[in-house]
Amino acid sequence: MSKLYLARNPRVAARSLDGEMMIMSGRDSTLFTLNKTATILWQSADGTTPLDQIVEQRICVEFEVDSAQALLDAEILARDLAGHEILQLSEEPIPTSRGARP
Amino acid sequence: MSGLMEEMVAKAIDANVPLNVQLDLTYRCNERCVHCYLDHHDHGEMTTAEIKHLLNEMADAGVFILTLSGGEIMLRRDFFEILEHARRLMFCVKLKTNAVLIREREALRIRDLGVESIQVSIYSHRPEVHDAITLVPGSLKRSLAAIRFLKSQGLKVVIANVLMTENMRDYQGVQALAAELGVECTLDPTVTPMMDGSRSTLALNVEENSLRQVFRDPSLVGDVEAFCAIAAKAGEDDLEARPCSAGHTACYVSPYGDVFPCVQFPLPTGNVRKQRFADIWRHSEQMNEVRGIRLKDLSCSQCTHATSCSRCPGLAYMEGNMRGPSTQDCEKSFARTGVPSLNLLSRKSSSAKSTASLVQIRSVPALTGAPA
Repeated sequence: MSKLYLARNPRVAARSLDGEMMIMSGRDSTLFTLNKTATILWQSADGTTPLDQIVEQRICVEFEVDSAQALLDAEILARDLAGHEILQLSEEPIPTSRGARP
Repeated sequence: MSGLMEEMVAKAIDANVPLNVQLDLTYRCNERCVHCYLDHHDHGEMTTAEIKHLLNEMADAGVFILTLSGGEIMLRRDFFEILEHARRLMFCVKLKTNAVLIREREALRIRDLGVESIQVSIYSHRPEVHDAITLVPGSLKRSLAAIRFLKSQGLKVVIANVLMTENMRDYQGVQALAAELGVECTLDPTVTPMMDGSRSTLALNVEENSLRQVFRDPSLVGDVEAFCAIAAKAGEDDLEARPCSAGHTACYVSPYGDVFPCVQFPLPTGNVRKQRFADIWRHSEQMNEVRGIRLKDLSCSQCTHATSCSRCPGLAYMEGNMRGPSTQDCEKSFARTGVPSLNLLSRKSSSAKSTASLVQIRSVPALTGAPA
């Protein structure tokens, strides 16, 4: 299975409000709030850490779930976030602008 | 406001987070609008480094929506550097501008930086009216050209029109122009006092009869009957309500670093050159005083219009009492419903009393045969 890399879409606006991540779509200003798993994906989406590593190191530790199932679920979630143009996905590392911090 | 945004606002109130900040980058302007409340001289604007530092502090404090305004923002040579920094911090950035200096190249950069929306001031569809308000010949033509550049980049543009005596007859023309351009249009019938307290601009406010017509235009207010209806008497829950977002989830920062509850609420609460933004927001005595006010604390809380009034706490403050009525909003409630507010009734009564006194004073000498 090929690696999947995640990066934050630089066109969105984002802020953590009392532990909950708010994201405003750059496409149509739709507001989203991310659940815990989606927030972990967002925070870890640095363009260089592959999804399987994020799942192993962050999601499995946080939720104590089976890694194979967690990876499947995380990929579905990542593709959903990409569909809303919140994340960018690629099978190659994604160069990102330096210094971005939500 | 969307349901989710309402939830976020409620959460921000609970967590004492300034979700929404307007930062004026400069008071300098390339227009001289007759109704403007600002002094356009530069009294020591924050430097690029100071503004970037402030933006870092705001991001840390949880600010999400950042409105960059002025003066004219494009007069700052470092405007794009500031905007780039703001977007790197992932603020939802809204711009307010007259757009006169925006050409294709600037529109492209604004798009690339992911700005949420650009509000452009347009006062009339007729150059002779718009330019007579901005006092800059050719300004309407340039602003409209900029709107087209911005639209061509797929950006969201909102036309902001301030209704005043000078352009009263043109708001429908502006609406039609906005529709033709494919942009939103807002109309504000309030000309405010100047920030230095001068009330000279208030003479530009539209008269009651004109305001009444505006409030009965379905193209502006939708369901006229519902809009002009008298609200139900304030219940216990209503009386616990916050008057507006100023100081609760929103505040304003001037080009000199002064922090106020709102752009229309010139109560100084601190300066970011001397204190951290978050400390002013959380600990300023003045900010906390504003934050503590509920509808029940207002001297006009028993007014018929208490729950439907557009009362602006900042305008009330400029009238002398932040817990009092804002007469301009009382006049709006009257124009909307035909029912005078408590404040208007009491003014009328005190004016009648003072007239009676004057008659008495003047009549006594006449009765006694003293010289007038």
